Amino acid sequence: MSDIPLQIDGQEVSAKEGTTVLEAAQGMGISIPTLCHHEKLEPFGGCRLCIVEVESRGWTKLVVSCVYPVEENLVVRTRSDKVDRLRKTILELLLAHAPDAPQLVEYAQVYGADKDRYEKDPSFCVHCGLCVRYCAEVKKADALGFVDRGIRKEISFIPEIAAKECNACKECFPLCPTSYLQAAFVLTESLAFPSSSAKSVSKA
Amino acid sequence: MDIEKIDRIIDKHNSDASALIQILLDIQSENNWLPKEALDRVSQQLEVPATRVQHIATFYKAFSVVPKGRHKVHICMGTACHVRGATRVLDKVQEATGIKPGETDLELKFSLETVNCLGCCALGPVMEVNGKAHGKMTPRQTTDVLKTYE
Ligand code: SF4
Ligand code: FES
Repeated sequence: MSDIPLQIDGQEVSAKEGTTVLEAAQGMGISIPTLCHHEKLEPFGGCRLCIVEVESRGWTKLVVSCVYPVEENLVVRTRSDKVDRLRKTILELLLAHAPDAPQLVEYAQVYGADKDRYEKDPSFCVHCGLCVRYCAEVKKADALGFVDRGIRKEISFIPEIAAKECNACKECFPLCPTSYLQAAFVLTESLAFPSSSAKSVSKA
Repeated sequence: MDIEKIDRIIDKHNSDASALIQILLDIQSENNWLPKEALDRVSQQLEVPATRVQHIATFYKAFSVVPKGRHKVHICMGTACHVRGATRVLDKVQEATGIKPGETDLELKFSLETVNCLGCCALGPVMEVNGKAHGKMTPRQTTDVLKTYE
C-alpha cells in the first residue's frame, strides 16, 4: 500500500491507496456533510450530500466523496458555489420527506436550504439505508430490509426475525436520521409480536 | 403451492444462491405469484437472507407477492390502440371480469393490467391474454374471447 499525494481545499496531503476522498478529508480535519455514511459500514453513496468537486488531468467533475477513492494528484474542493448549490437542493429534496429531522435542519442552516421549497411528501424515511446495512453488516441479523423501489421504496422488518432479535438490540434506532425506524418497529411489533405486557393488558 | 414443488425448482438450480432471480421466476410462472412460504423456503435453502429475497421479489414487476389469476389480461392503452377505442375495450373488459387494472378476481381466474404498447399497433385495439395477442377488438368481441378461458 503506497501513499497517494493529493490536494484537498488547497492543502497537500497523502493518503493510503484505497481510502476515500471523504476519509482523507476527515483525516485532515475538514468536515464534509454526510447522512448515509457510517465508519463501521461499507460505503453506500445513497444520500449524495457528501458531493465534492474534483479536478484530475484537467477535468473538473462532481463526485460523491464517500465512495470515491483517492487518486494521484487529485485536486479536491469540498466547498464551491456549485457544490453548495447542489447540497442545498439535495437537502431541500430530503426535507420534503422529513422536514424536522434534526441533522437535516442543522445542515439546512449551513447551506441556506428552504424546507418548504418542494411540496411535502412526508414519508419520513430518507432511504439512507443505515438501519438496513447496520443490521446486515454489523449485527448480521438481517431483521429488516428494503422493499419495493423508487418512490415506493420502504423499510420492512421480517417479523419472525425481529421478534427474536430486536428487543435485545435496537442499536439501529439512534442511527436513523428521522424517527421513522422506531415508528416502523413499534408498528411491526404491535401487529406481529405484541410483547407479553401488551398481551396481558389486552386480556384484562 | 406445496413445498415439494418449490424444492424441485430449487434443486433444478442446484440450490445456487446466484440463481435466486431465476428460481423466483420459475416459481412465479408455475404458481402465478410468490406466496410467503415460497419466499421463506427459497431463503432457507439458498441461505440468502429473507430481507434480500423480499427486496428482489418486490423490486421487479415480473414478480407478484399477492395472488394473481390463472389468466393474465393486458389491455393496450398505447396511442394507436387508444385512438382506435382502447378505452371502450377496457370498460367492457372491466365490466365482464368485475375487476379494475391491477386487480384479480376472487376466483383467481383473471388478472387485469393496462400496458402502454404491445408493439403491434396495426392490430389495435389489442387485448393480450396469457401472451397471446387478440387484435382489432371491438368491446363485444372481448367478452367472446374471455369466455374461451377457463
Ligand atoms: S428508516 Fe431511518 S435509518 Fe432506515 S433507511 Fe429510513 S431514514 Fe435511514
Ligand atoms: S455520505 Fe456520501 S452519499 Fe451519503
